[in-house]
This record gives sequence, C-alpha cells and structure tokens, in this order.
Amino acid sequence: MQQQPTEVVSPRHDPPPTGGSGDVSDALMAKPTWSDHDLIGHGIPIYDVPFVTVGGGLGSFAMVDILRVAGVSAEHMVALSDLDQPSETYEHLAKNSQIPSHERLRSDSGSVLDCLWGWPGYALREAIADRNPKRAWQVMTEPILAEYFTPKAGQVYESVTREANRIGWSSMVKKGVVRTVRRREGGEYFVLFTPATGTAATKRIAYRCRYVHIAVGYPGVKFLPDLQAYRDKYQDYAKVLNAYEPHLHAYEEMLRRPTTVLVRGSGIVASRVLQRIIDDRDNTGAQTTIVHLFRSYPDGYQGDKRTFRRPARNGWSYQAFNYPKSAWGGQIRYTLEKLEGQERSDYIDQLGGTNTAPRKDWQEQLDRGLEQGFYKQLRGTVKTVEPTADGRQVNTVVTTPDGYELGIEADFIIDATGLEASIEEHRVLKDLLSYGGADKNPKGRLNVDHDFLVRGTESGAGRLYASGSITLGGYYAGVDSFLGLQYASLRIADAMAAEGFCKKIGPLRSAAQWTRWARNKTP
Amino acid sequence: MTPTLSGRMQSRFVLLLIVGVPLTLVLGAVLPRPTATTTLSDMYEVFFAALVLVGVVGIVWELIYHGLQQFRWEKDWPTIFGLVTGIPEGIVVYLLLDRGFPWEFGDVPISLFLQMFILVWIAIWLIANGPLQIFFPRWRYQGGRFI
Ligand SMILES: Cc1cc2nc3c(=O)[nH]c(=O)nc-3n(C[C@H](O)[C@H](O)[C@H](O)COP(=O)(O)OP(=O)(O)OC[C@H]3O[C@@H](n4cnc5c(N)ncnc54)[C@H](O)[C@@H]3O)c2cc1C
Repeated sequence: MQQQPTEVVSPRHDPPPTGGSGDVSDALMAKPTWSDHDLIGHGIPIYDVPFVTVGGGLGSFAMVDILRVAGVSAEHMVALSDLDQPSETYEHLAKNSQIPSHERLRSDSGSVLDCLWGWPGYALREAIADRNPKRAWQVMTEPILAEYFTPKAGQVYESVTREANRIGWSSMVKKGVVRTVRRREGGEYFVLFTPATGTAATKRIAYRCRYVHIAVGYPGVKFLPDLQAYRDKYQDYAKVLNAYEPHLHAYEEMLRRPTTVLVRGSGIVASRVLQRIIDDRDNTGAQTTIVHLFRSYPDGYQGDKRTFRRPARNGWSYQAFNYPKSAWGGQIRYTLEKLEGQERSDYIDQLGGTNTAPRKDWQEQLDRGLEQGFYKQLRGTVKTVEPTADGRQVNTVVTTPDGYELGIEADFIIDATGLEASIEEHRVLKDLLSYGGADKNPKGRLNVDHDFLVRGTESGAGRLYASGSITLGGYYAGVDSFLGLQYASLRIADAMAAEGFCKKIGPLRSAAQWTRWARNKTP
Repeated sequence: MTPTLSGRMQSRFVLLLIVGVPLTLVLGAVLPRPTATTTLSDMYEVFFAALVLVGVVGIVWELIYHGLQQFRWEKDWPTIFGLVTGIPEGIVVYLLLDRGFPWEFGDVPISLFLQMFILVWIAIWLIANGPLQIFFPRWRYQGGRFI
C-alpha cells in the first residue's frame, strides 16, 4: 500500500528531486542542520506537515487528542510509530509485568487518557456500566473509608481505542521508525523516517515541519548491573529474568515443580510479581518459595518531619501513586516548579523513589507468607551471581548489613527494579543530544522547560517538545503517567496556541468540545 | 482534590458565585415559607446572608484546612472531607445568623436553614468534583486556582 502523504510538495523554490539513493549518507548524517537541497540530492522525498509526533504511544495520543480539541485538523498532524493502536506498547509491558486486562492499574479515577477533562472518571463509568454504585462510593470516600479507586487495565484500553477512533487516529499514523530529527537550514525541522517496508518508494522519507513532539516512551529496559553481567557471561536468558520482558515460562515452571524464586526490587512491579506467584500458590497449588532481596529496608516512617513523611513497613515504602497526589496538580507541583538543578532532582527522589501501593490484598499475602515461611525477606548487597555447580540454579552471594555472606540458590531470579536505560540508548535522542542542541537534566534525561520545550533545540519558528519518562527530572514529577502525559500535552498545546498554531481551549470551546466528546462526535 | 491555599479561596468564591447564587435564587422562590407573612425578599435576605457568611467565614476555615492538609503526605484533600466539612461550617453559619449576625433577622427556622444549606453545599460539592472541569480543564492541575 502506498503511504498517503498529508501533502506532497515539491520542495519550496527548488527543483523536484533528482538522483540520489533515497537513503542518507554518512556525510549527511555528520551535518548538524540540513537544507532542502541536501535531501533532494539524496533522493529523499519531502512531505510538508505542520506537526509531527514521534512514538505513537500513549504520550503521542494524549498530545494529538488535545490538539484535535484545540481545533487542529487531522490532516495537519502525523504520528510516526511502530504501533497501530496507541496503547499497544503499554499493554505489552503491562502484561509482562503481570497486569492482565482485568487487573487494576496504579492511577486514579480522574486519570482518564481519553478525556482531557477528567470527568466522568473511570469510577463513575464503571458504576454506570455495572449498574452498581459501589465504585462511585469508593471514589467519593477514598482514601479515608476505602482504598483508592484504580481502573482496570482493560477499561483504559477500551476508552483509548474509542477516543482514537473519534479523533481519526488511524488517518494520522504512518507506520515505521523515525531515524532522526534534524534542524532545517532557515528554520523548522526535518523528521527523517523509515517507512514500514512496502509503504513507500524510497527507503527514507522526510517530514518538514514546524513542530515536533517526541514521546518515545522508555529508551529501553535495563537490568541490574550484576544480573546483566551474569546474562552476558553465561548467556542464560531463561533463569535470570526482567519483569518487563516476557517471562511466563517461569510461572509455568513454578506450577510444575517446587521452585525457589529470588525477587529483586521493592516497587510496584515487585508487588505484582509477588502477587502472581502467591496467587498461583493459593489457587493452583504451586509450591514456590520466594526470597525477596532488599537493598534498603525502610520500616516505620520515611522522613522525619510530621508534615513530610510517608509510611513504610517490612521493607516497603507505601504511597498510593508514584508520587504524592499533589505532585500532579497541587502544592507539591508548585514547590517543584521553583526548584532547579540538583535540588530539584533530590526533591523528586524524596517524593518518589522506590515505593508501592498500600493494597490490603497484597499485604495480607505477604504477612501470611512471612508467617508460613514461603516468603522470606533478606537484606544485603549482591557480591556475585553465578550458576550452581550442577548448572540447574543460580547462586547469588549476598553480603548482609552485619557483614556475613550468604548464598541463595534459586531456580529463577526476577529483576523487578524497573530500571530504565539511559536516553542515549535511543538513536533519535542520542542524535538530538549530539546534533540537535539538546542537553541533559540532572537526572540524565532531556532538559525541558516548564512547557516541555526541549531546551536548546529551537530552529527559527520551529519548536521541539517532549513528554513522558524521557523528561523525568524536569519541573514536573509525574511525567510518566496518564495524567502527566495529559498535563504535558495541555502545557504544550497552550504554548502552541500562544504562537497561533491552534486555538486556546477556553471555557466555551472546552464545554462545546466536551459535549462532542460525550456524544462521540468528531472534535 | 489537591488544593493550594489560594486555590481553596478562589474555588470557594467562584463556586459560591456560579453555583451558590443561582441555586439560592431558585431555592428562595421554591422552598416553603415559614409563615404566611414571609415575603420572597425575606427569604432572600436570610439565604444570601448565609451565602455571604459561608464565603467570609470560609476564609478562616480554609486557613484551618490548609494547616491540617500539611499533615497529609499527599498534600491532598480527600473528596469526603469536602462533604463533611459542611457540618461544622453549617453549624457556625447558623449560630451566627441566629445571633443576629451580620444583622437581625428575627427567628431563623432551623429546618428552613438546613434545607437551603444542605442543598447548596451538596450541589457545590458535586460540581466541584468533576463537572466544573468541563469548563475549566486546567483547574485540577492548578490546585483549584482559576487565575
Ligand atoms: C508496567 C507499567 C505499568 C504502568 N502503569 C501505569 C498506571 O497504572 N497509571 C499511569 O498513569 N501510568 C502507568 N505507567 C506509566 C505510563 O503511563 C506508560 O508507560 C505510558 O505508556 C507512557 O507513554 P509513552 O507515550 O511515554 O510511551 P509508550 O506508550 O511506550 O509509547 C512510545 C512508543 O514509541 C515508540 N518508538 C520509540 N522510538 C521510536 C522511533 N524511533 N520511531 C517510531 N516509534 C518509536 C515505541 O516503540 C512505543 O511504541 C505504567 C508503565 C508501565 C511500564
């Protein structure tokens, strides 16, 4: 199928493309800014469109959704992506980390990705769909009389798909991989794209655009260094596992025979992995023993001020969401916005760090496990990770806080630390750092301003924005969350409205658009 | 909700204005009058005095709430708090009205006051917890501030 260009143009004031291979050359890649002629000379066709979002996941979706509401037509936007549906990558990661569609997520009722107004939230929708006021009551009384309401994963996917259809998402998606974003001589940008095979005549095509939005999600998952070293050395990908990668075979094996599993990490992903293992014990008779290794072991309160501390128990720090709620839109958001550099980075660590949700069902399982001995906790730092003599298990030698050395032989090691790779691992981001004028913030991610503009990348009237986890360390803590993606999109859309690209979403437009949303009519 | 101090004040006044005032206009007309001689303007006099008191005394309440909020790690104000704070606030407003503050109304029947106060309080609470965002999508990110 031939890709439908938004608008094919012969490059402005220039002769039509001649010659060239349709691919980049080393010489071109070494040139920080590109001219129209450069691309013509390489036989790379240029397409004009004002706005390009790179990624096509939930972050791109949130951005495009708001711009549609702000009056931008679908023809003026392109989403370059490896996905058909915006929630695909998320679904994949969620499934791997043991969140199937019927399980509940870790964000609140108002974090509705399909609806920038946040109302009606997931709780009210679930109450209406089930004709049961229970969830509405829960959201009204959370977290005082009930635990926080959190939506089922499946509900999020469905609502995103509905909204994607409403805004004409599929007409904006071009499938393939973005190779690089370069500044254009004379202003604006080129987004160099490798379309999916068979969808274009040349290997590469370029989008010439005034606005670029980058939402590429996680640059990659990362292992704990000692586990990565083990994997590299012994090429063992079956016993040492990352919770974000497919690892179902381990749970299947646990059903077949009694096994010992070593779990590393004490965040939300660890909670889910433990739940899966204990559910299997409870429901299908698995006889798994869990050894849970803690690097730090908070117990009691974390923080010494009565006005700034959170509960911790048995090695876990507890809070409902990744950050305190007001980091998304209250006191803490404003405090953070005023901080710079290392101070900001430290404050984000205090608010976040490793933590999990205080769910009663999880705590019940762990307390029972500790009591009955199938769940053991251990503190210490890892000294070595090696195969056992018979090669069937992996032996982890741990130095405990009081200086002893302990060996743990396990059939599986699950790394649930959720470490993310550095942004340089991503080709587009690395390129932006090398050639695009971007630099890093104290957390090693993209340095963005309050409006999520990537500092240093301006190109004449061109603006480059980013959202999602690649901007962590900036002026907003919850960047890698549904609500954070929507917040970033709203800030970006407001900045673009100030430059005249779209309409400002004032009360009247907002209400008019909400009624269109409610009736499932195109924006 | 995750209000800031100025967001609290702004939200209180804006909601009283855009929800409280129109609703009070309706309630004054439709709620049963206590005596045969009570006129519409008598009703409005008491009701709007109550509304003004909710606003003015509310400044003190918000300072107290804000103080209490500091002891919450999340720096949030759970939805249910927004509802139950109506109880102390209602009591104080009634006592003030009954003691002739801001001016003498004569006897204010408690049942009439309760009907008006509860309806207005719940309406504001419901609208603040969602529908308001239909018009003000940035409000929830701004700690309840409008400007
Ligand atoms: C297991 C898990 C659970 C989570 N649970 C919650 C939750 O409960 N609540 C919440 O609010 N948040 C949650 N999050 C956080 C966050 O909301 C999601 O990670 C969300 O998917 C982030 O959206 P994104 O657009 O940044 O990334 P993604 O949705 O991953 O989309 C980015 C896309 O860009 C693509 N891409 C990358 N490079 C290129 C390129 N060069 N060319 C083309 N395409 C490219 C990627 O392949 C990917 O498909 C969770 C995250 C994880 C991992």
